[in-house]
Amino acid sequence: MGLPASNRMSSPDPRRSSPVITETRYGTSMKFVINSDYARGREVQNRILDEVTRYKYNSDSVFAIKLALEEAFVNAIKHGNKLDPTKHVYVEALVGPSQTEIIIEDEGPGFERSSVPDPTAPENLEKCSGRGILLIESYMTSAAWSHNGRRLHMIKRND
Amino acid sequence: MSEQAPPVSVTEEKDIRIVEFTNNKILDEANIADIGATLNALIDERDQPRLVLDFSTVDHLSSAALGMLINANNRIKQRNGQLRLTNIKPQIFEVFRITKLDRLFRIYPTRAEALASMEH
Repeated sequence: MGLPASNRMSSPDPRRSSPVITETRYGTSMKFVINSDYARGREVQNRILDEVTRYKYNSDSVFAIKLALEEAFVNAIKHGNKLDPTKHVYVEALVGPSQTEIIIEDEGPGFERSSVPDPTAPENLEKCSGRGILLIESYMTSAAWSHNGRRLHMIKRND
Repeated sequence: MSEQAPPVSVTEEKDIRIVEFTNNKILDEANIADIGATLNALIDERDQPRLVLDFSTVDHLSSAALGMLINANNRIKQRNGQLRLTNIKPQIFEVFRITKLDRLFRIYPTRAEALASMEH
């Protein structure tokens, strides 16, 4: 089985959010808790993407995961937690050779997926926002919201 | 942060401004806001502004970047100007296609074609 978690910590940077990273039979398991901060979010995204790259995912899969992560973090930090620094974002990722599974949960009020307007409708095409969910659903193999919309569970298969 | 490179480089051909992105990722809120402010200033400088956005350096963008581009497009339309997009890589073009923004923007394969499409 994999290395102990302490040996897998590649960076001593104290700003990192004490991730728990373990090797499992299914791939690399990662758990992060961060506050509502874009820079922290970026660090977590990069850590997950490092692992995706390590497993040699194809270019389209890497592009898809990168885009979905970006949209999901903005949704959680900005639209969910409303940039409130006292609120947290909980992230779990399992990156394996055949698929990547990511759960992102915020502490905001949640939302109803069915109430989000279709951004591709002609009357919405010139609106400046509202495309993040469409992109997540289009690029990931599956994406589902639970806990009143506070938790996103998404999977990308590397095929 | 004041020493950061400008988010775009601008050249001019006749009275058409050609804008290239400095960073290969248009993702960070601050970077997107910077680009948006620069585009707004370019648009507001002239009546009937004519801009070509060259995406040849761009490998990643987010929905926030799309919002910034739509804002620029709306602003240009208000001033009876013209906007063209060009040199969009296939993975990035797919983002425009999924969001159906390939129907909103006038997108051309090459810079020459984008320039030639501009009406006087």
